[in-house]
Amino acid sequence: MVQALPYLKESASQTAGPYVHIGLAPGAAGFDIYRQELGQIIAGPDVPGERIRIEGLVYDGTGAPVKDILLESWQADANGIYPHPEDPRHGEVAPDFRGWGRIITDFDSGLWSFETIKPGPVPGRNKRVMAPHISLWLVSRGINIGLNTRMYFDDEDNSADPVLGLVEQENRRRTLIAQRTAPGVYRFDIRLQGEGETVFLDV
Amino acid sequence: MKPAEFYQRDRTLQPPALTPDYKTSVARSPRLAMLSLQGSLSEITGPTFGHSDIDPIDNDLIKNYAKSGDPVGERIIVHGRVLDENGRGVPNTLVEIWQANAGGRYRHKKDSYLAPIDPNFGGCGRTLTDADGYYFFRTVKPGAYPWRNWVNNWRPAHIHVSVFGTAFSQRLITQMYFEGDPLIAKCPIVATIPDQRAIDQLIAPLDLNAAVPLDCLAYKFDIVLRGRRSTLFENRLEGN
Repeated sequence: MVQALPYLKESASQTAGPYVHIGLAPGAAGFDIYRQELGQIIAGPDVPGERIRIEGLVYDGTGAPVKDILLESWQADANGIYPHPEDPRHGEVAPDFRGWGRIITDFDSGLWSFETIKPGPVPGRNKRVMAPHISLWLVSRGINIGLNTRMYFDDEDNSADPVLGLVEQENRRRTLIAQRTAPGVYRFDIRLQGEGETVFLDV
Repeated sequence: MKPAEFYQRDRTLQPPALTPDYKTSVARSPRLAMLSLQGSLSEITGPTFGHSDIDPIDNDLIKNYAKSGDPVGERIIVHGRVLDENGRGVPNTLVEIWQANAGGRYRHKKDSYLAPIDPNFGGCGRTLTDADGYYFFRTVKPGAYPWRNWVNNWRPAHIHVSVFGTAFSQRLITQMYFEGDPLIAKCPIVATIPDQRAIDQLIAPLDLNAAVPLDCLAYKFDIVLRGRRSTLFENRLEGN
């Protein structure tokens, strides 16, 4: 035998279940309890940048919309700065910029949407620049461990993005790119399984 | 010495996406392999929270929705630490919980189980860990409840737990179970976890030392988030 390594192991994930709203969005569950629910304002009204709305559906493997999904988003401000101490420029982040959002679907249609500002490009690894993107994390009943993905914009130059470039099959890269459908509006559908399956990330 | 990359998530201890005995996973699990990324600024950062975001009563589920008195059920404290895989406490991180009432009924407009709603129980709470990563809640022990999977499936008593850590790549939602519950071994959702030690890590022991005599019992539940290495040699993470 050798010496044991001292590390702990990460707690195992479990599905968020059908009633995730009780904990994370009680208003949607049908009751009022907290002074404020978290994650509803990503960028305060005075945060500079282009105001955008992103909307979409999450489809399951049968092509049906998933109506009990919960998404969280994480993004940089318009200058590509994260409001977090490990961003070397975080002292310059836009005031009142939260960067994080919590988004639930409409129970009847499955449609979700959120309003934010368009992020700027962010420094990547090895001095490469990442194209503007928003990180997304999806949980729901039937999803055992939260699914990570990224959303890029079809009106940006994504050709040199180091993460998109890692997607081996070029035709799959478009599953990560939102389509501009109107001024300031982007559509981003996520397919959990099957044809057009979204690229998910082990981050 | 700056901290750098997070340890790779040990997927052998985590439930895979496709677990057919948990039926909903069949149509909601990707079929293609995930793309593994080294951490960039987008992954090693994450949202931060402060005491202005929440209220002190938010961690007391016995009082935070009380209308005409206390909720019915077994009064308990749930407490523990949020740690990383290096065993260090994760300070000032948001812990959110939600649960059914003592009869196994959720206060959710989609829950139609015949057990009644408790007028004095909401079933959600949240708190920030202290400087050592410690947190606590007061609540009532949730009841088991039936769900439509196989025709006679019952969830063990459980509390859903959501934790942030310091990075978006540490984000975790899990469930806490209670020591000695015979339903744990029968549950297809618990069984999505492929490793018994990893299951055991989600079962909170009775903690009589933390109980309040003549008032409430206590359970201890530590939550472990991914750890990260320290930079012994140059790392190429931009910005470090």
